[in-house]
Amino acid sequence: MPKSISVVKQALDANDGGEADIAMAERGPANRAEGKSKGQATGHARAGRKILPIVEGLVLLAALVAPLVLQDYLTVFATRVIILALFALSFDLVWGYAGIMSFGQALFFGSAGYGVALLARDVNVTNIFLVLPAGTLIGLAFALLLGGFLLLGRHPSSVIFVSLGTLTGSYAADRLARGWYYLGGQNGIPSIAPMSLGSYEFSEGPAYYYLVLGILVVVYLLCRFLVRSQFGLALAGLRENEQRIAFFGYKTQHLKAIIFTIGGAIAGLSGSLYAFHEGFVWPNMVGVVVSTQVVLYVLFGGSGTLIGAVIGAVIVEGVSFWLSDNYRDIWPIILGVLLLLVILFRPLGLISFVLGERERVGSFGAKIKEKPNAAP
Amino acid sequence: MPLLEAAGITKIFGKLTALDGAALTVGENEFHGLIGPNGSGKSTLMKCIAGAEVPTRGKVSFVNSDITAFTPTERARAGMSLKFQITSVLPTLTLYDNILLALQAQSSLFDLVFSRTRGVLHDQVMTMLTQFRLADRAFDPAAALSHGQQQWLEIAMALAGKPRLLLLDEPTGGMSLEERRVTGELLQPIKQHCSLVIVEHDLDFIRDICDRLTVLDQGKVLASGTVSEIQANKSVQEIYLRRA
Repeated sequence: MPKSISVVKQALDANDGGEADIAMAERGPANRAEGKSKGQATGHARAGRKILPIVEGLVLLAALVAPLVLQDYLTVFATRVIILALFALSFDLVWGYAGIMSFGQALFFGSAGYGVALLARDVNVTNIFLVLPAGTLIGLAFALLLGGFLLLGRHPSSVIFVSLGTLTGSYAADRLARGWYYLGGQNGIPSIAPMSLGSYEFSEGPAYYYLVLGILVVVYLLCRFLVRSQFGLALAGLRENEQRIAFFGYKTQHLKAIIFTIGGAIAGLSGSLYAFHEGFVWPNMVGVVVSTQVVLYVLFGGSGTLIGAVIGAVIVEGVSFWLSDNYRDIWPIILGVLLLLVILFRPLGLISFVLGERERVGSFGAKIKEKPNAAP
Repeated sequence: MPLLEAAGITKIFGKLTALDGAALTVGENEFHGLIGPNGSGKSTLMKCIAGAEVPTRGKVSFVNSDITAFTPTERARAGMSLKFQITSVLPTLTLYDNILLALQAQSSLFDLVFSRTRGVLHDQVMTMLTQFRLADRAFDPAAALSHGQQQWLEIAMALAGKPRLLLLDEPTGGMSLEERRVTGELLQPIKQHCSLVIVEHDLDFIRDICDRLTVLDQGKVLASGTVSEIQANKSVQEIYLRRA
């Protein structure tokens, strides 16, 4: 970690009881004791979060002003990135929080995309209040089916079984889409009518951008609520030691199926936004390439933080865009090396440059109100 | 009617017969020690009772029902709890969250999502931590504890769900003498509401806290009885106690 960032991080950490313990553990026992007494005196049952809200606030601020400073074609690109960030969020819930290795997340993204494209093509339904819930439900239903099959056995399924199962699902869907004439075969479904609200049509540009940003913020906040609840603690247990928590009486398979289904629903929502934004869907959308892409976003940004997934999607897509413009022939190699370097040297992703382990994992205990006479 | 009755438990791994018709009976509020030389099948019997292994043959009954085919989750919900031989606290979570995780295991999904039991369980979490002398470390990550303290935390987690039967696999492994003594003290009060099956190499520790002992040798029960009966048993002395 660069020294300056590390110093800032420690200074911020030291402002709060729970975090101070970790920071001080690195500095020596005397300081540690001091930090602990402070933590106890304030009755901290929850490590305060100092860095994460700052990062989240900065990302939101940047996202809010982006269309004001970007050229039109870049706003269109940024809209696509925000939709992919929403998609990345779905994978972070499933992998980063519940430890389920889904290599088939594009199945839910793409099937929802195809679903809403068919609604628009065959029955002329483009109303936002119909197509977005429909896309979400399609993602949810596919995830429930696949998740039910892969995760809901009497005994826990192995990581390999789940990752190969999801990968196979995604691959099979890709092949199916390519071969099925009704779905447009290799070419997919082109010229999807724009999403509408009454007579208003959402076309590419700032309106679509702010729509998807609004949706991203709402979904992000819901996910944040979920992963910080007691359900989030159960997910942490699931991720760290599934067998152990089964012995406490947790129905671990149910927990996994639930979070997998929620992830599928979010992927479906993002897939339907993507289909209308791009105006067409094609077999890659359900296939292995997009499934892998979302894994990279989350690994690159940092899993298990939500904001890491968003940052990962933005940076991977942004860097690809810039590299492909400037190094037309060799940009995939440069991108590949970059990704490899981050995954090798920062296995917890870019977010780990500013976010400590304790804050990443978080604390779930009851928030105890500070007693006035117990303040330090 | 005993609380736990395991009868004719046989477990075969490939060509190895780890258990050969072993049996174990534990009454209400009884502390029962499971002893025997290395490789005698103690841990395997514990796993068959807890559901970590499915016996090849035999039957496990708990609170009058046949639980042989129950999953670990179902056994836990029936009132059985296990502390693993290898410490398996969740190292990145705080001690507080480790206990809360164990306490909330049977909360409904709705309660979990809306954190409805977070406040209610707070006192219970702190009581468990205080009882196991860990309250001052409540908000440290479990990884920061000493090995002995991690064992205590794990016993506290295993007890959090108020089980009727606690299975402890080598709770004092790797502990100092003083830590062993404290562990014995920590376990005594649970006798009022819980039975205990304990696998342990430290025979002094076993003698001090257990009411009854079962001795395994090569997958079979060599003897079972009160501590003094077992101490007087000639064949047990030959295979085991003599070496201790």
